[in-house]
Amino acid sequence: MSYGLQIEVWGDYALFTRPELKTERLSYDVITPSAARGLIESIYWHPGLHVVIDRIYVLNKIEFTSIRRNEVKSKVKASDVKRMMMGGSVPVLCTGDDIQQRASTLLRNVHYVLEAHFEMTYKATSSDNEGKFKDIFRRRLKSGKVYSQPYFGCREFPAHFRAWNSGSVPTCGESKDLGLMLYDMDYSNPKSIQPMFFHARMKDGVVQVNGERVLK
Amino acid sequence: MSEPIQNRYEFVILFDVENGNPNGDPDADNMPRIDPETGLGLVTDVCLKRKIRNYVETVKEDEPGFRIYIKKRVPLNRSDNEAFEKVGIENAAELAVKDKKKFNQLLKEANKNNDIDRVIRDYMCSKFYDIRTFGAVMTTMVKGALNCGQVRGPVQLGFAHSVDPVIPREVSITRVAITTEADAANKSNEMGKKYIVPYGLYRCEGYVSANLARKTTGFSEADLQLFWDAVINMFEHDRSAARGQMAVRKLIIFKHSSELGDAPAHKLFDLIEVNKNDNVTVPRSYSDYTVTVNESDLPTGVSYEQRD
Repeated sequence: MSYGLQIEVWGDYALFTRPELKTERLSYDVITPSAARGLIESIYWHPGLHVVIDRIYVLNKIEFTSIRRNEVKSKVKASDVKRMMMGGSVPVLCTGDDIQQRASTLLRNVHYVLEAHFEMTYKATSSDNEGKFKDIFRRRLKSGKVYSQPYFGCREFPAHFRAWNSGSVPTCGESKDLGLMLYDMDYSNPKSIQPMFFHARMKDGVVQVNGERVLK
Repeated sequence: MSEPIQNRYEFVILFDVENGNPNGDPDADNMPRIDPETGLGLVTDVCLKRKIRNYVETVKEDEPGFRIYIKKRVPLNRSDNEAFEKVGIENAAELAVKDKKKFNQLLKEANKNNDIDRVIRDYMCSKFYDIRTFGAVMTTMVKGALNCGQVRGPVQLGFAHSVDPVIPREVSITRVAITTEADAANKSNEMGKKYIVPYGLYRCEGYVSANLARKTTGFSEADLQLFWDAVINMFEHDRSAARGQMAVRKLIIFKHSSELGDAPAHKLFDLIEVNKNDNVTVPRSYSDYTVTVNESDLPTGVSYEQRD
C-alpha cells in the first residue's frame, strides 16, 4: 500500500441516502465510502486506477435538516424515444400529472477529511503506477482542476475540496456506532450489481473503513 | 449541432424579491423556505431550473433541438412529427423514413451490441435543451446496464441562500366572491392568506463542466449563451400574484482557460463579496447592498464577466 492522500472536503449540505429509506430520503450520519470514492473520482479518474477509502475524519458535529420538494415520478421512457425516432409524437413529461412531493432529511454544514489510496486495476498500462496517480491528484488538488464539480450525494449539494496538509486532523471527537452502512456497490457482474455493507463505527470522530469486514 | 463548450465555468446569480414568495415550502404551509437555524431564506435548485426551462420554452417555442422535456402543462399539440436525424447509427435518417423494416433491424442490432442506450441518449440530448443542460434519468433498454439511463448534464446548481436573514410575513386577504352556494348565504366574504418576504437578496452558485458537455450531452457554446440569457431573464416571464417583484440583479461568470479549469471553485466564489451598506439596518432594496468582485485576486487563467 502506497502512502495515501488526505483530502479536505466541505459544503453546506449533504445527502448520503440510506438505501432502505430512499423514497423520502434520509441521509446516513456520515459520508459513505462509495460517495467519498465518487467525489474523488469526479476530480480525477482513470480506468487503471481504483480509489480505496481508508479513513473518514468527521470534523463537524452531525446535524440534520429537512427539505421537501416537488419532484417528478417518471423517467424518460426508452419506448417513447424509439417511437419519436420513427416519426411519432414527441414525448413530454408533464409535471402537472406526474408530480410528487418528497421530503429529504439531509446533513448540514459537513466537513470531512478523506484518507484514500490508489490501487491498480487490470486496465492499467505498464507506465501507470500509484505514485503517478498520486502526483496527478496532488496537482489537481492544488490547482482546483476537476472533471466535474464534486458533490455530496446529490448534485445540488456541491463539495469544495483541497489537500489537507496541516498534520493531525481536529475531528469533532464524537464516538458513535453508526450501524450497518453502505460500503459500495459491487460492479463485478454488470448484470447483477449488488450492494456491499460494513459495520461503521465512529471513534473520536474517525470512521475506519479500510480493514473492516465487508458484507455482501 | 455545433461544437460542445471548451471551457469550465463557475457562476454566481444574485437575485432579489420584493414583497413576494420566491419559493414556497410544502412542509410549512407554503411559507417561504427558510433555514431554521440561520434564518436565511432558501430557494431550491429545482425551482430555478424550472424557471430556466420555462424561459427557453417561451423563447424557442419548440424550435427543433430546443424542446423542453419536463413541462409544466401539457402542450396542445403533442403530435407534430419529426423525422429521425442521424444519431449513432449511420444513415439511419433516410432509413427510418424509407425502409422501416431495415431501420428496425438496425435498432435491434444496436440493442444486441448494447449500443441502443447510447443511441437513445444522444437522440434525446440533441432534441431537448433541458436534457442537454441538466441531464435526465432515462429507462434503459439493456437490463442491468450500468448507469446507461442516467445522463448527467454539464450545468449544476446549488441551493440559493439569502445574504441576510429574511423574516416572512403572513398577509391576510379577503375576497368577496364565495366559492359555494351554501357559504354565500352565511357570509359576505372569505379570508385567505399569503406569505411574503418583504425583501431578500439571494445568492446562488453554479458550475458548468465542459467534460460532461463533450463526453455526454453535446452542450454547445450557443446553448451556453442561451443559458446565460435564461438566467438573466428567468423572472421576467414568471410574474404572478405570489412572486411579487423578482429580478436577477447580477450574474457573475468565471471562465476557466481549459476544460479542467485553473482554480478551485471555492476560491472564485470567495472573490465575490455582498455586503449591506454601512447605514442600513434593515435592507429593503438592492441599493442597500454593495457587490464587489476582488478582481486583483483572480487566479491566472480565469477571466470573469458581469452581466446585469
